This record gives sequence, structure tokens and C-alpha cells, in this order.
Amino acid sequence: MTTTENASSATGATPPTATASTPPARRTRSTGGKGPRERTTELASGIVMIVIGVVFLIPLLWVVLASFNENATLSVSWPEHWSLGNFAAIWNADTTFRPLGNSLLLCGGATIVTMVAAVLCAYPFSRYRFAAKRPLLLTIIFATGLPITAIMIPVYSLFVQVNLVDSMFGAILFLGASSLPYAIFLTKGFMDTVPVEIEESAWTEGAGVLRTLWSVVLPLMRSGLSVATIFTFVGMWGNFFVPFMLLLSPDKLPAAVTLYTFSSQYGQVAYGQLAAFSIFYSLPVVALYLIIGRSLGTGFAAAGGVKG
Amino acid sequence: MSTLAPSTSRRPDPPERSDPAPVRPRRRRPAGIGDRLSLRRTIPMIPAALLLLLFMAGPIIYSLYLAFTDKAIRGEGASKTSFVGVENFTDALTDGDFWNSVVLTIVFTVISAVIGQNLMGLVLALLMEKSNRAISFAVTSVVIAAWILPEVVAGYLLYTFFSDGGSLNGLLGLVGIAPQTLLFSAPIVAVSFANVWRGTAFSMLVYSAALGAIPGDIQESASMDGAGPMRRFFSITLPLLRPAIATNLMLITLQTLSVFGLIFIMTGGGPDRKSQTLPLYMYEQAFSYGQLGYGTAVALLLLLIGAAASLVYLRLLPEEEKR
Repeated sequence: MTTTENASSATGATPPTATASTPPARRTRSTGGKGPRERTTELASGIVMIVIGVVFLIPLLWVVLASFNENATLSVSWPEHWSLGNFAAIWNADTTFRPLGNSLLLCGGATIVTMVAAVLCAYPFSRYRFAAKRPLLLTIIFATGLPITAIMIPVYSLFVQVNLVDSMFGAILFLGASSLPYAIFLTKGFMDTVPVEIEESAWTEGAGVLRTLWSVVLPLMRSGLSVATIFTFVGMWGNFFVPFMLLLSPDKLPAAVTLYTFSSQYGQVAYGQLAAFSIFYSLPVVALYLIIGRSLGTGFAAAGGVKG
Repeated sequence: MSTLAPSTSRRPDPPERSDPAPVRPRRRRPAGIGDRLSLRRTIPMIPAALLLLLFMAGPIIYSLYLAFTDKAIRGEGASKTSFVGVENFTDALTDGDFWNSVVLTIVFTVISAVIGQNLMGLVLALLMEKSNRAISFAVTSVVIAAWILPEVVAGYLLYTFFSDGGSLNGLLGLVGIAPQTLLFSAPIVAVSFANVWRGTAFSMLVYSAALGAIPGDIQESASMDGAGPMRRFFSITLPLLRPAIATNLMLITLQTLSVFGLIFIMTGGGPDRKSQTLPLYMYEQAFSYGQLGYGTAVALLLLLIGAAASLVYLRLLPEEEKR
């Protein structure tokens, strides 16, 4: 499971490490003059990478080009007349703003639920000793692998009985709970890196648990916390199945679900508008990933705090 | 520094720290960190525990009951739910459509996760080390972009890519190959490719991190001893990657087994159930036909497949990693 953490930190860390650590190695290699063989390898791998990259790029290119093309077809093509017509056509409450607002309410609310519960729960895990710690942590790690898809029918059935189907509140709580195991796992990992020394001086000065957590521990794990928060939020933003099952009224549906209904209603004609909507819907996620890319590189302030 | 440092490494002596009822003014002492958990200290865990019990453990336990009943949205079993024993399971195991879905789920998982994402991720991670920095940065950004897009957007983009007048046929036309209709002729292949497109970045990042952890001097000394690149890959890199490969395979398999949105958007499971993997079959049975009990039984069988796959991968882990 450590690999998940590696992977998650690598997501954001890829750009910084690439810039920070690779250049010296490159330089020694090229000035070292390993000869034509090294160069051939570099060229060959470069070509293979470009080919793979182009294949991966085509669908992305389609959505960008089609969104600016009022006569977009299904195939990727350069717009004859670039226009913002598609964006203008969906620039209204019903198509764009309400679904995106619902997404924000649903995922923002659920992220708050998840992160508050995760931070509070991670603190005892990180700071105290107790017999059930290992089994509980293993259960949490196991729960991160549990496919949520597989429990949606019982969840729906239970929600019908307690009258929570089509309730934004119910959907927020469920979505929050379903990403809790992973958030606890990440948060505990980041909290473990905050040295206990700093906290102990707060204890000596008579601060309680919540106060210490809020004003000493959390500020020191700010970058880790923002990574965990962004991961949680992004995961929810892309989730289709949960709101699709738990929310019914059109005015409560988040963008993930309206994109589906939109494409089944108008998808056969208005490709450009669908592409424009996809872009609006995807932009927040892309922006958030760019943010972690930068903040992860700065590392943890905690280490400096102990030394000083 | 020296006065504070020991508390992390050495445990504080118990008699002083576990003072059960401290009088107020005495609470100055740096009590508690690294100390035993008392009942009061579990209070912060309550919200998480409640959420997990109500919304995760609850449904799981409920599903163990639901799977043995005839609960339905409408018709028989809607007004009065009764216990039907293992009938749902025997129904599933004798239903041709169920087995069709099992086979498709396995095909989908093997093609798109075990082979596609896994190998493609490994290849990209290896290429990243060898090729020009600007190129690997550009290509990995594109691959990661495909990964971070919401599932519905990915499904929709790949639907347009594979559809009749889509980009794939445009490209094939350029090299003189007749247009393909993968979404109709072999929809499971189309959705598998879509899942490779969407999921490769995860494996790539896992392997790239694992490769970065392999010390360079091992490779160097092997190359001094005359080991060629192939030999070095199979005798050094691959064995060292084993834990990463096992973990990655486990995670992407569990993820792929439960893919719903991508396939639902692209094909809806059709045409003629030719891309109806278990999650879609489960959805159809539970909501289109309203058989909640039967759908839950199918979901449990899906979890069983996931558990079986996880056990296989755990065996791949080296002994010391299992603990």
C-alpha cells in the first residue's frame, strides 16, 4: 500500500523532480560522451514515447478543437472558423451553472466531511499506542481497496428505507464516508512526519488536544493536507456512479450526471457544445492537479522547525 | 533540543505519564504523546467511526442479508420481502448472461489492466529514464491528463474516438485501412482500450517511483561485469520491481473490476450484452429489472472475484513484504 502513497505523491512530484534532479545526470551523460550507442537509445526511446504520446493526445485534442468549432464532427479536425459559440450556447444556469454548482456543493461538502473526520481520526492513530491500532489500520487499508460500485445496491436500498434517496445531505454523507479510508490513510502518513517535539512544547504550555492539533500540527502538515484534500475532492468530482444512484431530481444533479443526460439527449447533434461542457467540467480538476504539482515540491516545513 | 529529543525514540516511563486523574494545576507536564490511548482520547475518532460504520460497514452487512432475499423495487418482493436462501446465487450461476458477464469482466480486466495499463505503464516509466527530458515531460503530461479527466468525460471522448465518423477511422483512412466499427463489432476491445487510455498514468507513476528507488550503482556494476541491457532488465530491474508490480496489479485489478461509468457511457453494455461486464449486469438486474436481492448477490460474487485476484497477487509479494 505504500506504493499508493508513492504514486500519489509522485503525481504531483513528477514535474518538480524532473526539473530538480534530472539535469545534472543528463549533463554528465552527454558530456561524458558515452558515444553513439547512448544517443541511439535516447533517440529511439524518444520516438517511441512520442508515438505513444500522440495516440494518447488525439482524444484530448478532439475535445479542445471541437469545443471551439460550431460544426464539430466526431473526428478530430482543425476548426475552419474558431468561435466561442459552443461556450456561449451552454453559458446558462440550466446547462452549466446549476450542475457545476451542485457538483461544488456535493463534492465540497463531502470533502469537508471527509477531511474533518480524517484529521480527527488520524491524530490518535499517529500519536498514541493501543492494541487495536494495527488491525484497525489494516482494516482501513483494506477498505481503500473495496470497490464502492459493489455496495451501491445495498446503499440505495438502505437510503430508500430511511428516505435519504434524492437528498443532497445523504449523498454528501455517503460520498464523504466512501473516501474516508483513503483520506485517513494519507493523513496519518503525513501526520507521522510531523515531529512530536514541537507538539510537546505546546502540551507543556497547557494546550489541549484540539488546540494543539489545530494550531501546531495542522499548519506543519499544510502541504500534505492540501494534497490529501485535493485528492479527495478530485476523486469525488469525477465520481459518476454515486450521484447517479443517489440523486434523482434534475435540479440536484451534479455535472458528472448531467453530462451523461446531456449526451444522451443532444449528444447526437451538438458535439461542440458537449465538448465545451466537458471542458468546463474538467477545468477545476486540471487546475487542482497543477496546484499540488507545485506545493508538493516545497516539502514539509516541520523538519526545519525542529532544527531551529 | 536535547531535553526534548528522547521522547520520540524512547517511550516515557509509565508511572509518571499514565497518571489517571490529574489535578488541574498539574496538567503542565507534557503528558501523553506516544502514550497509551485512554477512552477520552478516542473522542476525536468518533465522527470517522460513525461515518464508516453507518455508510460502509452497514451496507456491507446489509448486503449479506439482502443477497439472500427476493427484495425488489416493484412486483413480487417489493411489498413483502422474504428470505429465499441461496436461490439468488443458484439463479446467477445458472444464468447464461451472468457467465457472459463474468467472461467479459475477466477479458476486460486482463486486456486493459493486467496487460494494457500494467505493461504500458512499465514501458513508459522505463522510456522516461532513457529519453530526452522535454519529450518525457510532454508525453507524461498528456498521459496524466488522460488520467485526471473525470470518468464520464473520458468515456465520452473515447466514444467519439471509436465511433463511426470518429478520429480512429479518420486516421485509418489516411493509411488506407477500411473504417472499423469497434463499438459494434468488438465493443469489449474498444472499452478495454479506453480503460488503458484512462488508467495507464497510475501504473506509470507507480513504476516511475519504484524505478527511481533502485540505486544506480547496481546497474552500473552489472554493466561493468558485462551484462547487456536485456540481461540487466531481467536480472536486476524486474526482481527489484516485484513488490511494486504486485501492489500495482492488485490496485489496478480491483479498480478495473469495478469500472462502471466508462463502459456505461461508451456502450451501455451493448450491443447485445457484448460489453456487459459484471458491474453493468448488476446494475441492469437491480435497477432495470428491479431485482435488488439478485443484484446484491451478483455484487457479492464480484467482490469474491476481487478477493480471489488479490490473494493471487499477495503471493507475488516477496516474503518480507507480507508481514
